[in-house]
Amino acid sequence: MEEKFGKKIFNGIAIGKIKYYTRAENKVVRTKIADVEAELARYEAAKKTAVDQLQDLYEKAVVEVGETNAEIFHVHAMMLDDDDYNESVQNIIATQGVNVEYAAAVTGDNFAEMFANMDDEYFKARSADIRDITERLLTILCGGGRGSEIGDEPVILLAEDLAPSETVQMDKSKLLAFVTRLGSANSHTAILARTMGIPALVGVDIRQDWDGKIGVVDGYEGKFIIDPEMPLLEFYFKKKAVDDEQKELLQTLKNQENVTKSGQKINLYANIGNPGDLPAVLENDAGGIGLFRSEFLYLEAEKYPTEEEQFQAYKKVVETMGGKKVIIRTLDIGADKQVDYFQLDKEENPAMGYRAIRICLTRPEIFRTQLRALFRASGYGNLAIMYPMIISVDEVRKIKEISLSVRKELLAEGVKLGQVEEGIMIETPAAAIISDELAREVDFFSIGTNDLTQYTLAIDRQNAKLDTFYDSHHPAVLWLIQRVTDNAHKAGIWVGICGELGADVTLTETFLRMGVDELSVSPGCVLLVRKAIRETEIADV
Amino acid sequence: MKTFTYTITDEVGIHARPAGLLVKEAKAYDSKITVTKDGKSAEAKKLMALMSLGVKKGDTITVSVEGGDEELVAGKMEEFFRNNL
Repeated sequence: MEEKFGKKIFNGIAIGKIKYYTRAENKVVRTKIADVEAELARYEAAKKTAVDQLQDLYEKAVVEVGETNAEIFHVHAMMLDDDDYNESVQNIIATQGVNVEYAAAVTGDNFAEMFANMDDEYFKARSADIRDITERLLTILCGGGRGSEIGDEPVILLAEDLAPSETVQMDKSKLLAFVTRLGSANSHTAILARTMGIPALVGVDIRQDWDGKIGVVDGYEGKFIIDPEMPLLEFYFKKKAVDDEQKELLQTLKNQENVTKSGQKINLYANIGNPGDLPAVLENDAGGIGLFRSEFLYLEAEKYPTEEEQFQAYKKVVETMGGKKVIIRTLDIGADKQVDYFQLDKEENPAMGYRAIRICLTRPEIFRTQLRALFRASGYGNLAIMYPMIISVDEVRKIKEISLSVRKELLAEGVKLGQVEEGIMIETPAAAIISDELAREVDFFSIGTNDLTQYTLAIDRQNAKLDTFYDSHHPAVLWLIQRVTDNAHKAGIWVGICGELGADVTLTETFLRMGVDELSVSPGCVLLVRKAIRETEIADV
Repeated sequence: MKTFTYTITDEVGIHARPAGLLVKEAKAYDSKITVTKDGKSAEAKKLMALMSLGVKKGDTITVSVEGGDEELVAGKMEEFFRNNL
């Protein structure tokens, strides 16, 4: 048994035989030619055949992956028609007196390199398109085939890299998953894999001798297992069954409103801890991001992340989400999340210790850096900021002062800011109890039920001995949630729940009755909660 | 010569698909149409040159139109950018 990791492109589980895909490489030899005119005519003929092939592929792709994704083949046809590309090929033929195969190969390499050297990931990935059209020309000119056949049995396809035209030409009913060494999350292959809804990994260190072995692709963990042992294989058969059921649910519930039978609507968002979770958010059709834990930036680094690093991460998330709301929580380091370079003292009781906003307010340089990055990113989408571990009005006023001075500073620098809602987490009993006063200070509340329950019941959730005492539906907690919701509405602000309780479908009706405006749950739970909402009927609301 | 500036609002900028559309549109006219970003220029009728400018969301580009029908074409191009980019 072997295990490899890669970058996940699409969630899902695939179990099956591994097929190592090899492309029929076109070997190009530079030869001198006598008749330049005849060689140029060969080029024109090959181009025409290529454009015809691309039109066929386009029509096939429209049916399989839709018009938007199929458009790439029209773009390929236009690339073949590009003046600069053509002039380069024609020039090499005419001035060097060489064969068209060589001229096209050199031109393709030059243009591919130009794109590969660009700064932006998207444009970098376009070098694969240039290689693809060039290979197409060469295949036509050399009269060769286009790579190995898949066979009759469904397979997990391994390849160094796959061109969009190759993936479209494959028989989809025979494909369980893609695993490639090259390629990026922006490549057309990745986009097609997502559209086709099959698990895919890129950046995996693949080997040809795995061909014919049994493999498991875990698109959730970005894991590829070769020759899995029996208990693990059984585990994955079960996981796949659950996954298939979830996918079925997805089909029926995608693009449906979060509305009860009695017509009450609620926002359903997703919690994420890392930009890598974004594909899952989109796949599961969440209406926005209700909690983006910014800690990952600090936990993954060896020193304080710079303003620019943070800005790029936040910008990416808000841009990916389009105009949908993205609520980013400022750092919640401390308690169970320790980072060496923060040099925090060892504490007896870290859950109640020096953490989250308490660090931010005593070490404002860290806080200001994060706020600057957040406000700068606000110009690129619908960004909201949420402050954790609040216990007093005074804290909120201090935060607002700092936030205002950061905004002024950025405006003076000429930075364009978006409309930013600023809210707080309600996760201490103190905040819940004085929520009427807090509601006058902020734009929204988000109730963090994990900490709120642990503080209200005085029960450490890590301690298994206490499980018999622990009641996640304790009336005291539900009473606090009701109080917070009422106080929020009295002040005219909205309130959400972003703790684990939000995904507890036995409470969905309770929350709807309370009038909670938003639930934020892990991406995989969005559709389950949507199902519960749509099955709820509240006669007297 | 007619020129106008435009700030890209499309999420990914002048990527493959809109670049293809832009080339198609530009080829419908006789005028020479040039797109300039940060001092680098590309003819709007040339797909790869256009993509190699790497125009992203938020970038401001200058479009210049030169030819007999420049008045009309500049208007058409401005409309195109507003609708597609």
